[in-house]
Amino acid sequence: MAPEHDILIVGGGLNGPALALALAQAGFRVGVIDSLPLDTRKDPGFDGRAYALALASQRLLKAIGVWKAIASEAEPMLEIKVTDGIAGQGPSPWMMHFDHAEIEEGPMGYMVEDRFLRRAFLDAMAAEERITQYPSETVVAQSVIDGAVRVTLASGKELSALLLIGCDGRKSGTAERAGIGRTGWGYGQTAIVCAVAHEKPHRGIAHQFFMPHGPLAILPLPGNRSSIVWSETDARAADCAKMDDETFLQALRPAFGSFLGEISLEGARFTYPLNLTLANSFIAPRLALVGDAAHGMHPIAGQGLNAGLRDVAALAETLSEARQRGEDIGSDQVLKRYQQWRRFDTATLAIATDTFNKLFSNDNPLLRAARDVGMGVVNAIPALRRGFVREAAGLTGELPRLMR
Amino acid sequence: MTPVAEMTNATQNTVDPAEIAKFEAMAAEWWDLNGKFKPLHMLNPCRLDYITRQIAAEFGRDLADDAPFTGLRLLDIGCGGGLLCEPMARLGATVIGADAAARNIPVAKVHAEQSGLNIDYRHTTAEAMAEAGEQFDVVLNMEVIEHVADPLGYLKAVHDLLRPGGLHICSTINRNPKSFAMAILGAEYVMRWLPKGTHDWSKFIKPEELFDLIRKAGLDPVDRKGFQFNPILWDWKLSDRDLSVNYVTTSLRPAA
Repeated sequence: MAPEHDILIVGGGLNGPALALALAQAGFRVGVIDSLPLDTRKDPGFDGRAYALALASQRLLKAIGVWKAIASEAEPMLEIKVTDGIAGQGPSPWMMHFDHAEIEEGPMGYMVEDRFLRRAFLDAMAAEERITQYPSETVVAQSVIDGAVRVTLASGKELSALLLIGCDGRKSGTAERAGIGRTGWGYGQTAIVCAVAHEKPHRGIAHQFFMPHGPLAILPLPGNRSSIVWSETDARAADCAKMDDETFLQALRPAFGSFLGEISLEGARFTYPLNLTLANSFIAPRLALVGDAAHGMHPIAGQGLNAGLRDVAALAETLSEARQRGEDIGSDQVLKRYQQWRRFDTATLAIATDTFNKLFSNDNPLLRAARDVGMGVVNAIPALRRGFVREAAGLTGELPRLMR
Repeated sequence: MTPVAEMTNATQNTVDPAEIAKFEAMAAEWWDLNGKFKPLHMLNPCRLDYITRQIAAEFGRDLADDAPFTGLRLLDIGCGGGLLCEPMARLGATVIGADAAARNIPVAKVHAEQSGLNIDYRHTTAEAMAEAGEQFDVVLNMEVIEHVADPLGYLKAVHDLLRPGGLHICSTINRNPKSFAMAILGAEYVMRWLPKGTHDWSKFIKPEELFDLIRKAGLDPVDRKGFQFNPILWDWKLSDRDLSVNYVTTSLRPAA
């Protein structure tokens, strides 16, 4: 029996819907399975979460038609300042400063709140007739039989497709059920994510402070607000989680500094234990992994979602080309092209973020001197600086067509 | 009816299961990316790019559409395990696969069934089909002509198999020292991609010779491209200029 879908996607977070839209626009009939009900996912309240979308990611959102719904809510990132700091002592004089004016393409990226992104994705999926959503459903079994992948949902519903794609995060059940092992380790760090309001305007500048316990990122949101990603030791983060808002702000202030004036909390606080987790393979028979399901990494460079969206664009392009050739989109030959395209790139990024974190999350005076000199050197050489800007904007490497 | 007679009937009405198992094993071999037909699998995406774009351009189809080749009757000569037939069927064409080797037919059938595709595989030759008066919108003639005894007679049969205005895509291997080094020494002896003796270099055809034969057969050549192997990327791509080893041509049967 011919499968009723071309492609089934497990996970309706961010990568899943982006992929579903890109694939539907390429002509595929797509099903999206997510454990949460639609109205929960569409909840419009600001919860403090936001994402740094690199320029290449923003181009993808434009190409799949969701950018217009969030453009007015997005804050362009015009500059990035990277500083080595010790709590209480303020930033060291060594810093790196990256300005979008050094490249011709425009801002390095945009900050977008989670709620706007999710709503835009859900609206776009609802409007796309080639997408069928299966909300409030979890996959309990999957198997490959007779040129199709068959999936059983907890409700008892049976679905089938030519290809199953896991966009179900670091603990991907899709990967586990396919017998794909994982490699990785924990960082002993937890990321605290929240948003703050501040007195002075941020002027589109993103800050990365390297603190001994882990990096602190301050990312510009619309208005006098910024998104905070603060990596701390697990113990300190657990302490912070127990604090009331005022006590938490007191703990944050010494690291945050006073350059934006008085700060106050906006929305809720979230904590994410940090680990590196790479799937040993990105593909299996009639199966592909995307985003954190393939490669969960340290958020130090804000590259998690961007790397995932790059998988999305590369996989959509690979499958769309295969479709136009009449190839079997679930065949090893086609899936290997995707793995070959993305695996090296993501492994390199995972190792780079891992190394940066180890290099910067400590107080060793020798290492501190070395990294300060390194930053000074990068900052003094325009070509190197421009290289970092292009990297941050996601413009390096073999760019998928949807990101060009 | 006695139970014995029933059993006899059952065996007469079904194919021997051992035979099916054998065909399935052979189909798996044909479709194994790293098996005996690895060079064909490596070349296939590049061949398909060329074929699909030529058909789409000639018949005004948009490859982004669902089943863009719907309504086109297509013949693949020398279909083997169905490496070209299946993509063409997936794109909506009505596909007939012909192979002179009888053992390929059940193998291709088994795989098409596994893929959920409806393809008419026949153990026959181009000449026999032309004789029977069959006609097609598209004839694929890929990596076959370098194996036939009488290329002109064969191309004349291809001409007859085309409807007026029909499209003929023909690929083969050039004859020069480089093609000898790549296709025979490289593919058969060094890489052992192909069994020794697969190709006879003296039967390879230069592009101008092929165009000459195509014209003599009554077809109009309209395009030619090279299939270029990149040994560093380990990949094939289409080339406008480099026809030095593998190349492909398109010709049309003039509209009546």
